Amino acid sequence: MNLIKRILGIVWIGLGSGAGIYLIYFQAVPLWAKGGNDLVPAIIYTFVLAPLISIGMSLFGYYSLQGEFDKI
Amino acid sequence: MSTKKQSLAYIISASSVGTLIEWYDFYIFGSLATVLSTKFFPTDNPTAAFLNTLATFAAGFVVRPFGALVFGRLGDLIGRKYTFMVTLMLMGGATFAIGLIPSYATIGAWAPILVLTLRLLQGLALGGEYGGAATYVAEHAPAERRGFFTSWIQTTATLGLVISLAVIMATRASMSKEAFDDYGWRIPFLVSILMVLVSLLIRKNMEESPMFAKAKAEGNISKNPLKESFGNKLNLKYVLLALFGATMGQGLVWYTGQFYAQTFLLKICNLDDIQTNMILVIGLLLGTPLFVIFGALSDKIGRKGIMMAGMIIAVFSYRPIFDQMYKTVDVTNKTVIPGSEKSILNGNTMTITKEFTDGSSYKNVITEVSTDKTESKISIKINETDQWTLVGYVFLLISFVTMAYGPIAAFLVEMFPTKIRYTSMSLPYHIGNGVFGGLMPAIATFLVSNAQTAGVVQKPYLEGLNYPIALISVCVVIGIIYIKSDKKAAS
Repeated sequence: MNLIKRILGIVWIGLGSGAGIYLIYFQAVPLWAKGGNDLVPAIIYTFVLAPLISIGMSLFGYYSLQGEFDKI
Repeated sequence: MSTKKQSLAYIISASSVGTLIEWYDFYIFGSLATVLSTKFFPTDNPTAAFLNTLATFAAGFVVRPFGALVFGRLGDLIGRKYTFMVTLMLMGGATFAIGLIPSYATIGAWAPILVLTLRLLQGLALGGEYGGAATYVAEHAPAERRGFFTSWIQTTATLGLVISLAVIMATRASMSKEAFDDYGWRIPFLVSILMVLVSLLIRKNMEESPMFAKAKAEGNISKNPLKESFGNKLNLKYVLLALFGATMGQGLVWYTGQFYAQTFLLKICNLDDIQTNMILVIGLLLGTPLFVIFGALSDKIGRKGIMMAGMIIAVFSYRPIFDQMYKTVDVTNKTVIPGSEKSILNGNTMTITKEFTDGSSYKNVITEVSTDKTESKISIKINETDQWTLVGYVFLLISFVTMAYGPIAAFLVEMFPTKIRYTSMSLPYHIGNGVFGGLMPAIATFLVSNAQTAGVVQKPYLEGLNYPIALISVCVVIGIIYIKSDKKAAS
């Protein structure tokens, strides 16, 4: 199980980074261009969800890869 | 009943009533968003319209983790009791003040700015309240029954919504539509101050949590809870695990079942608003006892299994359930009663009505806003049998909520040590519920709207579910693999 946790650590880092890129480039950027009320989801994607998922998930993955969750 | 049991019952009641009132305060803003937008956020002013969207859909939720940090820190430094007394006063004061703000027509731009500021204060207060109440009850409860006792706190969020809907419906019923739109909408906000005062009186006599009092007496409280909670890898990894392995999925199950179901029926199915609220209230009331049942069950068979089961069932049943809900309201394949279709033109408004053989009715009010723009408001009423069918679906959705949410307070409390518990459990809870969950209805509605515009998928009305299904699935994988199995509740 510990090996699975460590391997999954790479998956979480990739998933976090990928989700951050997807949210900003494919979701937020077109909304920033539209303006108006679309700025609200653009702000949420750019400043709330993308950093939270990318940084949080990547950090979780990093800890997992380092074996921090082995003894849980 | 023994003295100890009486005292615990009092502790749970006093804590739960205060938390329930905070949820009530938080929800009436959302439930009255349509009226608030006409009073404070005129659509002809783009900035005000923007602030409206921000205030209604995002601000109150996004600010909750900050409230968790501010008040969680206070709770770990000075105590649970005083901190959640402060959050209660802050919430009550902000809610009461919203009821007093003059309209945009009277004070101009100050109106939307004040409303947004007070909404932020509401979010901050809520961010501090829940962690305090859950910690306080859990620290009084015996370890082997912690799930059962904290589950009463878990019922408050649902009951808060029910009471907010009931107060609004009662206020609407007691006056004309014009009077409600003129001043009646302020009553649910103003009433809040009475509830808060009663709750403060009840909470005033409560004693500090025994675990915190003991830690304080032994000089074992944290000097810097924020640093110890998040600046220390040993604890931060648990915060991340609590977030991605539990509260993210739980928050999404909760907001999909309880709030998106309402948004879906109202905005995507175009069901009549009174019928929608009635269906929701009945479904919520029928489902509420399950919070306590699953909370108690988690003491016997463990928290993790129940929470994960709730999330897994939700992931696999969301699309079929929401699909059936849509089809139950949809009038496309229903038979129109011959001669029932009518179109009435009144000024710049065209009203089209139809009646169907199964007892359903359809009304579309099309208003010409300008020479090249019309607005359409569809409202469908369904027959009683279909209404009960929808109650059944809402009940199913709520039952998943109770599985994921019922044991979560005990689960989070058991994850962190007393001296940083308030701070450490509040942040993942409010990111999971406030950010991932709270933003869910707005994001899902946005995804549906995009899918309808693009027209490339067969069932665009289900596209909003992709967001919760994807994130809950990730949460389930993390939860199953990383969270320790707890067949016997931790002490």
